[in-house]
This record gives sequence, structure tokens and C-alpha cells, in this order.
Amino acid sequence: MSEPSDILPTRQSMGGIAEQLTSIPLHFPADRRWVIAMTVASALLLLLMVSVVELFTRGVGIWGINIPVNWAFAIHNYVWWLGIGHAGTLISALLLLTGSEWRNSLNRFAETMTLFAVVCAGIYPILHLGRPWYVYWMFPYPATMGVWPQFRSPLEWDIWAVLTYLTVSLGFWYTGLIPDLAAARDRATRCGWQIFFGITALGWRGSARHWQRWQQAYRLTAGLAVPLVVSVHSEVSLLFAVGQIPGWHSTIFPPYFVLGAAFSGFAVVSIIAVSLRSWFGLKNLVTDDHLDVLGMVLLATGLMTGYGYVFEVFDAIYSGEPHEIQTLVDRFAGAYAWTYWGAVIFNFIPLQALWLRRVRRSGWMLLLISASVVVGMWLERYMILVTSLYRDFLVSSWSHFTPSFWDWSTYFGTIGLFLVPFLIAIRLVPMISIFESKELLHEEKEEHQHG
Amino acid sequence: MAEQLYGALAEFSTPEDLLAATRKAREAGYRHLDAFTPFPVEGLDRILRFPRPTISFIGLGGAITGASTALAMQFFTNYDYPLNVGGRPIYPVSAFAVVTFELTILFSALAMLFGMLWQNGLPRLSYPVFNGERFHRASKDRFFLCVSADDARFDASETLAFLSGTGALSVELVPE
Repeated sequence: MSEPSDILPTRQSMGGIAEQLTSIPLHFPADRRWVIAMTVASALLLLLMVSVVELFTRGVGIWGINIPVNWAFAIHNYVWWLGIGHAGTLISALLLLTGSEWRNSLNRFAETMTLFAVVCAGIYPILHLGRPWYVYWMFPYPATMGVWPQFRSPLEWDIWAVLTYLTVSLGFWYTGLIPDLAAARDRATRCGWQIFFGITALGWRGSARHWQRWQQAYRLTAGLAVPLVVSVHSEVSLLFAVGQIPGWHSTIFPPYFVLGAAFSGFAVVSIIAVSLRSWFGLKNLVTDDHLDVLGMVLLATGLMTGYGYVFEVFDAIYSGEPHEIQTLVDRFAGAYAWTYWGAVIFNFIPLQALWLRRVRRSGWMLLLISASVVVGMWLERYMILVTSLYRDFLVSSWSHFTPSFWDWSTYFGTIGLFLVPFLIAIRLVPMISIFESKELLHEEKEEHQHG
Repeated sequence: MAEQLYGALAEFSTPEDLLAATRKAREAGYRHLDAFTPFPVEGLDRILRFPRPTISFIGLGGAITGASTALAMQFFTNYDYPLNVGGRPIYPVSAFAVVTFELTILFSALAMLFGMLWQNGLPRLSYPVFNGERFHRASKDRFFLCVSADDARFDASETLAFLSGTGALSVELVPE
């Protein structure tokens, strides 16, 4: 492992970093690739719009859901997207508090990823409502019918958790962005950009007094964001664990879900890190050392998720519950065994290559392994939902689930919903934290001078 | 000069130079000082003797407000519309914990972020130091010390001479 103090090459200058990073929104260097990506993303977003219109006109019957599998793609993809959203806040908040300097080059786009992934997650429960235009019934407002939302129901907890998570992530993201928006404002030469950055930077001037308050607010918000991340995904898993369905009613669920979320999220962070650095020539800021650390984190969270798999098996056998054991057998050898074994293979087999330092430092390898993890975690969420529901206590209520065209189109559509705002954000704001990179560079230079 | 002055601005190339100059300015008796840096410089607030920020108290206030709002809301809705589900308690604190926790964090975080902006006087799109000729580099790689014109010891030419003496790369007067 390399020395943490050398994570950024010290040859570069502070001014150079500022110029390089602000020039990405100001003088966009990768027009062609961006347009191609944006075209694909817009097509997917269009697909989502068509699917949603179809859903709103014809109802949730267009999906493959039935009784008993009444929670399929909608909640499956909700959990999957929300899980991806978790790594962003973990990278930025937890690593800020522990003083891990390697976060500086990754935190901005990881947080941006979080915001849009949470939006993708958030629309799913609404689509799944059946009558989505009544979503405001989730809020306590003085209705003429005198009915209040039921706060003892986990489904009601959901909306509060997701909205809080989205709001706090947005606030945290913007607070960290203000100094960099000011840097972009001072570099901007065209009038439109000057106005845009001038307004969004809120008149930030880097005064020592401002920095002092800013630092305290930023760190304390980070301190709140860490338990928030854990609580949101624990809450999601409580939706499952509070029910008595075999395969869901388990105490391992909260930590298992949180770690799985971090696992898939870090995989997406790796994918974005590798893509952005090759798109914009940022190898001096997102170095091989960063990929090395990302690979190690991916390996660690993956192994912790693997522990969840092992414990699930142990839990079922140790409980002696015939239905629990039946669900376990169904997972291993039932109609949906492909999701279980698919999850095991995609999640854990390529992952083992990360033990090698050479693999961790190679962008391509990391990209492929991360893609495999994303697929594996998607299969895992499918497995958890469907294998538990399709065979519960009564043989009379057994049934199968097959995703319909509209299930798939809605899912692929949300990828567009994620990519379009993300691609727009790349063009509008500095994707790597400028001032934190400079701060780190300064510290590194100090260390070199004074030994 | 007829126009009002905001202060004198001195430019330094490293945070160490800025810290040394700030220390000298304090020793010379200047009190109304501020510094402008591209990233937070450690120890600067101690030399400038800023009071400790109160963001944490704002956050605590937000947390208490959030927790009590959430609890009041949940107790009231279940009081106003009691629903007996299998004989389970109407007021289960354990079932209220999640929403209470979320709102505690939400109110606290928002209070701190808005409190920070409010205390800093932001947004304020225009500010005198922006008129400084070289000030645009404060967000890039330069460190500025500003002696405010309302300092008791401020005297345009004398202060400029003093700041040049601290090893500044450039000094200038900033109009109000």
C-alpha cells in the first residue's frame, strides 16, 4: 500500500488544479462523447416517460406482479437504487470524519451520484402505489375525511426516511460545492457562466470567518449523515424484517442491507471514477492510488456482504423453522435459483481478483469487476424479494412471478433518469472538489519539505 | 482620495506567509482583520482571535425541535385517529423511533446549514473586496490579508507600508 500522504502527485500547482477542474464546465472538453452518452440517456428517459404514462393510464396490472408476489420490480429496484445511493454519502461523510484524504478526488461525483440514485429510488414506491396521484396522503395534513397517515406502519416510515435522506444529501452536497462554485465564478469569462456561478456561489469570498463557520457546519452535517445512511437502509430492511414472511423475518437484515448497499454503491463510484478520469484526462487527480483504495473498499464491503449470505443460511437452519428452511432450499434449488447463484457468482467470484494489487490499479479491471457487482447486487435484491414471496406458508397461495415488458422498460428507464441529470451536472459544476484537492496538495508539499 | 475606503489588501503566495503576516499585524496593534484563502487555513482563526462558532448550538436546537415535532405529530395522529390493529398499542414509542430519528437529523442539518449561511451573511452577491485587482486569485492559489478601514490604527499609506514590510507580493487599497 502506498503512503497516504502521496495520493496526489506533488509536481502540480494549486493554480493548475483550479484551472484544470473549472475548465471542465467552462470549456467542455469532451463534447462528442458527452453528446453520445446524453443521446442514449435521453432515449432511456423517454422510455421511462412512456412506461409511466402507460402505467398511470392502465394501472399496475401491466406489471407482472400478482398475489402473492405483489412486491417485485418496484420495490426490488427501489432497494437497489437506494443502495447505490449510499456509497456517496459514506465516502463524503464517514471518510471526512475519519480524515481519509483519498476521498477528496471522489466525494463530489459520489455525492452527485447519491442525489440522482435516491431520486430514482424515490419514484418507485410512488409508481407502485396504484393510485400515485394520491401520494400526498402519506403526509399528515388536515384532510376533510379526518384520516391521518398510520405512523405505526413501516411503509409510512419509508417516505420520511427517503425524503430526509434526499434533503440532507442535497444540503451537504451544495454546502461542499459553494467554495468551488466561487472558484469557477472567478475563472468564468463568458457572461452567462459569470451569472450562473455568481448566483450559485452565493457571494462566497473565502473569508477566514466564513471558512471557520463553514467547516463546523460541514463536519457536523457529515456527523449526522453517517447515522442517517445507516438508518435509511436499516429502515428499508425493516420493511421486510417486520413482516413474518420466511426469508425476511431476520435480525441480520439491517446490517446485511447496509453493507450490501455500500458494496453496490462503491462499485458504481468505481465505474464513475474510471470513466470520468479517462473522459477528462484527470489521471493526475484520480490516480491509480485512488483506484487501489476503491478496490480495497470494494473487496472489504463485498466480503462483509458475503458474511450476510453465510449468516442467512445459518439463521434459517438454526431457527429450525420448516418454512424458513423451505425458503432456503427454494433459494438454492427452486424456480429462482438462478438469481441466488447469479448473485453469488457475479458478486463474489470476480471480486476475488481484487486481492491482487495489479488488478486494483488497473482501470479496466476495476470497471469490469464493478459492473459485475452491480449486476450481482441487482440479482440479490431480486432473490430476496421474489424467492420469499412466491412460496409462503400456504400451498394454495403459491405463485410465480415473471417480469413483463413494462417492468423492464420502467427499470431501464430509471437508468436514463439517473444518467440525464448526472450528465448535466458534469457540464455545470466541478466534478472534483477543487479546494479540498488544493488543501491536500498543500499538506503533501508541506510534508515533503519538512520531512 | 475622495471615495470611502474598505481597507487594505495584501497578497501572499503561501498560507505560512499569511499566518506570519497576520501574527505581525496583530502584534502591531491591528484588530479589524480578515483573511481570504482558497481553502481553510489551520490556525488562522486562533491568530485572528475569532470567537468559537456557534453552529453546534444551532444544530442542537434543530435536533430538539425535530425530535419534538416528530413525536408530537405521531402521538397526535394516533390520538386523533386511533386504529386498533390486532390489539397492538396505540402509542408504541418503538414504532415512532424511525420517523423521530429522521426528523431529528433533518431539522438539525437544515438548521446548521441555513444557520451557517445566515451568520456568514450569505447570500450577498457583491462585497467590497471583490473590487481588489488581484482578488480573483483568492479562489485559486493566493492568500489575502485585509486590514479593515474602520480599524483604530488604520492609515492608508502607513498600513500599506506596513503590509509591504511583511513580505506581501502585492498590496492595494480597496474602495468601499
